[in-house]
Amino acid sequence: MAKNPPHTPETGLWNQLNAWMTKGPAGYTFLSLYTLITSALLITNPRTSLFTDIVFVLFLLLILAIYRSRVALGFKIALAVVALGFVLPYFGTLNPYYIDVATQAGIFATLAMGLNVVVGFAGLLDLGYVAFYAVGAYLWSIFSTDQIGNMISGATPVGAGWFYLFIIIGLVVGGVFGVMLGLPVLRLRGDYLAIVTLGFGEVIRVLAVNLDKPVNITNGAQGIKDIERPPLFFAPALKALGFNLDNNQLYQIFFYFMVLVVVLITMLVVSRLKNSRIGRAWTAIREDETAAIAQGIPLVRMKLMAFAVGASFAGAMGVIFASKQLFINPPTFDLLRSISILSMVILGGLGNIPGVILGAVLVTLLNIQILPRIAEVLRSAKDAGLPIPQSFDPTQYQRLLFGLLMILMMIFRPEGILPEDRRRQELHDHDDDPVEVSTS
Amino acid sequence: MKRIMSLIVLVGVLMSLLAACGSAPAASPTTAPATTAPATAEATVAATTEATVEATVEATVEATVEATVAPTEATAEPTPAAMTVVEYIMATAAGMTPEAAAALGTITIASQSPLSGDQAALGTGIRNGVELAIEQANVALAGSGVEIGFTPFDDQAQPEVGSANAKNIVSDPDILCVVGHLNSGVALASLPDYSNSSLVMISPANTNPKITESGYANAFRVVGRDDLQGPIGARFAEEIGVKTVYILHDKTDYGQGVAEFFKLEAERLGLEVLAFEGTDEKSDFSSILTPLQAANPDMIYFGGLYPQAGPLLRQARDRGIMAQFLGPDGLDSPELAKLAGDALEGTYYTTVAAPVSQFPNAAQYATDYTAKFNGSAPPFSAQAYDSAAFCQAAIVTAAVEANGKPTREQVLTAMKSLPALSGITGTYSFSEKGDPNPATYYIFATNSDPAMWDQNELTSKIESAPPTE
Amino acid sequence: MVAEANVSKQDLQRQRTLQTLRTVFMPLGQLILFIIGSAVVLGLIVVVVAFFLSRSDPKIMQTAIAILPQVMIDGMVRGFLFATIALGYTMVYGVLEFINFAHGEIFMVGGFVGAGVAYLLMQWGLLSTLPWLVFVVIALVVGMTVSGLLAMATERVAYRPLRNSPRLVPLISAIGMSLVLQDVVRLIATSSPLGFNARFETPNFGKPFQIASIPLGERAIPVQISPKAVIFIVAALLMLLALNYLVNATRLGKAIRAVAQDRATASLMGINVNQIISLTFLIGGALGGAAGVLFGMNIGTVNPYMGFIPGLKAFTAAVLGGIGNITGAMVGGIVLGFLEAFVASYLSLFTGGAFSGASYADIAAFSILILILIFRPEGLLGESTTQKV
Repeated sequence: MAKNPPHTPETGLWNQLNAWMTKGPAGYTFLSLYTLITSALLITNPRTSLFTDIVFVLFLLLILAIYRSRVALGFKIALAVVALGFVLPYFGTLNPYYIDVATQAGIFATLAMGLNVVVGFAGLLDLGYVAFYAVGAYLWSIFSTDQIGNMISGATPVGAGWFYLFIIIGLVVGGVFGVMLGLPVLRLRGDYLAIVTLGFGEVIRVLAVNLDKPVNITNGAQGIKDIERPPLFFAPALKALGFNLDNNQLYQIFFYFMVLVVVLITMLVVSRLKNSRIGRAWTAIREDETAAIAQGIPLVRMKLMAFAVGASFAGAMGVIFASKQLFINPPTFDLLRSISILSMVILGGLGNIPGVILGAVLVTLLNIQILPRIAEVLRSAKDAGLPIPQSFDPTQYQRLLFGLLMILMMIFRPEGILPEDRRRQELHDHDDDPVEVSTS
Repeated sequence: MKRIMSLIVLVGVLMSLLAACGSAPAASPTTAPATTAPATAEATVAATTEATVEATVEATVEATVEATVAPTEATAEPTPAAMTVVEYIMATAAGMTPEAAAALGTITIASQSPLSGDQAALGTGIRNGVELAIEQANVALAGSGVEIGFTPFDDQAQPEVGSANAKNIVSDPDILCVVGHLNSGVALASLPDYSNSSLVMISPANTNPKITESGYANAFRVVGRDDLQGPIGARFAEEIGVKTVYILHDKTDYGQGVAEFFKLEAERLGLEVLAFEGTDEKSDFSSILTPLQAANPDMIYFGGLYPQAGPLLRQARDRGIMAQFLGPDGLDSPELAKLAGDALEGTYYTTVAAPVSQFPNAAQYATDYTAKFNGSAPPFSAQAYDSAAFCQAAIVTAAVEANGKPTREQVLTAMKSLPALSGITGTYSFSEKGDPNPATYYIFATNSDPAMWDQNELTSKIESAPPTE
Repeated sequence: MVAEANVSKQDLQRQRTLQTLRTVFMPLGQLILFIIGSAVVLGLIVVVVAFFLSRSDPKIMQTAIAILPQVMIDGMVRGFLFATIALGYTMVYGVLEFINFAHGEIFMVGGFVGAGVAYLLMQWGLLSTLPWLVFVVIALVVGMTVSGLLAMATERVAYRPLRNSPRLVPLISAIGMSLVLQDVVRLIATSSPLGFNARFETPNFGKPFQIASIPLGERAIPVQISPKAVIFIVAALLMLLALNYLVNATRLGKAIRAVAQDRATASLMGINVNQIISLTFLIGGALGGAAGVLFGMNIGTVNPYMGFIPGLKAFTAAVLGGIGNITGAMVGGIVLGFLEAFVASYLSLFTGGAFSGASYADIAAFSILILILIFRPEGLLGESTTQKV
């Protein structure tokens, strides 16, 4: 029985077109038209509205369509460059909201890919992943603001130009934290690991709240504001080209491109890792630890490596996030954030890179676009007198949504919406086994 | 098939759970007030800079204490003198040329407040207040050809959502003024976006000093600030004869911030501060109460919100701790009475927003609100009404100046130059930074009946100019 | 009690009975030993630290000593909370080797059901007229039933279909179940008169028992324990005894132990494995529900998110005591409770307010978890005495 989790309607359409589109000319025409039409609609309707929301989602799904189609690689790349490199940034200058959504989706895509290394590749459940993200964010926030003066007396904030170096430092520090956490606990069974990482995530958050005394390091619950942004080295060049944009727009586009580049690098690194010796070792560990040891795979070292790699992506992204957001405080890094990243990985399919990116984009859109829209509709329905419980607001029930998503995905489609073949086999290995062992 | 079965079972379980818990209360009579109005006025961030604190102290000293005004007396006479905002708008609009009125086109005021979630009751009150103000202004201005539109936004009390909405608001050129937010943290996250396009934001509820102290020229508010609310609490404590205080806070930017302001003023007044302790514990306060009981303070100051204050207070009283209890406006909710009950004896709170019944000029508003929205106006909705009225006054002024549709910069300039006007919550002008001058602070003694929360006894009412540097 | 009736029959019978009695009551001894042990050790640490600090400020020593007995009582009450929740974790882990993440939520549901029962009784005007014992029994029975059935249902829906999947899969499902339960209860609570922060009404249990009074300066610091806390502790002890009896001295207990040891073999021996697993969840859930009712009663309020952190700490307690071991769970809970109470009450006194004790208590709990897992993964009571449930 084919069971598909609820999809956006476009995917259903996509399924119908699937067979037809794999044949060359139709595919090229379809993709080009798709790009053209959605881009045109976006640019002619820059005001935020339900219509633009829908077009925007369709536009993002274009990337999925490009990925799944069977056309020449060059054509795929060209289309993706046009869509993500030109149309979206240009649209961003018309409406800052949507490019912000795209940037956030990119940030989460990187985080989800990082977590995917730990959970998907190596099979280690990490419930405190956001802690590494927090470490990166606080790192840059402390060093780029007056906060550093409280920690080291006489120290002054590093200049904005250090930002790029700090992305690397964030990467390293994240990795070091990963090893620090991993070293003592990786000998343990998987489910202990889940609890310990959860505890670790909480500890980092509690420390962020409490380390304003005796020495003010994190500024406690007040959070850190006025975080430095990197210099806009390309602004004069853009101006010379005739783009007249204010600083705010420039930063938005700048961060968009930076996140896009990081997503691409992460994708590249993660997929290279996956097919390397290390990646195969992770798969072996995930599938059968004992057999992996018997084959001579250094278990702890490989697990540590997974932890460090995953954590370092979060650390680097934390630096970028803090700089983009200008202000961070501890609640940004709570357990629900870890959970939502985990549900992106699960939705997209454990271990599967394109799936995880799709999961990240879907959950982000769901969180900041789709749920508020539904809430708005429900509110007006409520005002019109329909019997909807007064207290029910979809935007406030993320836990319910993530929870249901986890349970249902685990029961019906543990391999995710874009499954990977190997994983599917692994997870459905036991499907023919009798579920019940009872004799009655 | 098995899986479908288990899906059905899942649904069944949820249903029966609903029935199990849901039917029980449903069977009970409807007398129970479903008070889901967590008056979480604030969240996020409060400045603790030396400068603000010093300024605070001065301002407090100069504050005129109207001492123990009984609520009934206060409602007796409407404030005369200053022109009301509505009169001002009418007078200004009258000076508009017909061509200018025709060139106005669409002008919109936006509101941002939580319309969903725990704080939806307060946030909806803000939206409704703005809506009412705009509706009434449109009726009054019908002859002049000016019509103002309204777009409400839901910030969900979350900084990221507020900032995303702000990007939307900024991208709509018709929006010339924003009334919002309920939570300071959300406002601070959204202000950079407003500020980049010089869009005026008037807050009906934010008490965090940073709103107007962060150098945003476009930030205004119609309520007081925590760096006075805390000290006014401390002065009150001294007045009622408290010698020693034990300060607790909830480790949030709001609670910790206001508690720190309280502490500084308490120390300045010579009260002994026995401890300054933070906790995010929500239920079991025994480990906090044991050292507290040993310290034996005259007063416990709790910088935080009512969901924590309620159980804390009850457990303290259960243990026989009979110290006075004082907190900021985070305690201002009937839920506190529900959670703490009789333990509320000897509890006071300071607030910047008294119930509508406290404002002599707001009687008509209260009636109109009830007529339009079926229910009494929650805290901050009258402030939202005033905020929207000030928005309109600035827009109309700017429109006359510009002789057509004003730019956001022009509205901002007009806002800064508005004279002292009388709204339904008081008469004030805006200071250089955007604070109301003067702002009013209230201290209430609680009563333990949730239904009677509106009738909490006003202990004192203090008018104070904003702190200056 | 049942056993006493048979005492006079046969020697063998008598021996067996004695054996049973010993296995049932021995944990009680162990528990008391650990309570005294933790109290003494932590008390000594406090005295030593206070002694060194009192050189600069003599008041520290006086205050530290004056609140010591009360802190111990606080610690014990807190410990019994973790202990009762930990029982449920350990039961399920013993049988399935699976962390039931949603157990904290089962505990929370218990609290909510108790609050609902109390609310109804109040609406009917019965709350003030009922004897307190009747009230406690009604609230406990309803709370335990609902929580137990709910735990059983979660197993049936979210865990059983995944029993043969890779370990990660049911664990994720359990986390999902935990989140779902939080928000489902929230939805129900906010649509009902109880509200998000629900008040747990109780009949008047009277004033706290004054145990002693310690002079500090001109004042006297009372040492007291509330009647609700006493009920909590007594009920927790009864639960431990009942559970021990059930597992060690009944046919059902034998079946549970068999399933825990080897599921396939137990199945061959004619044990209905699914039924036993369901029963394990029922019992564990009922215990969690009882803890929820007692805790809610003790604290006075409940909310839908209150179960998560105590759930985590109770798991820590179970690991601390040796997971899968019933007495271990109790012991771990007690030790953890003591530790938290000491950190929360003393840290800020000893550091002159630089570190807020109440905030660092959480860190203490999780640090303990990590330390235990590194140095003694088999827990305090060790492998040798581990009886798989």
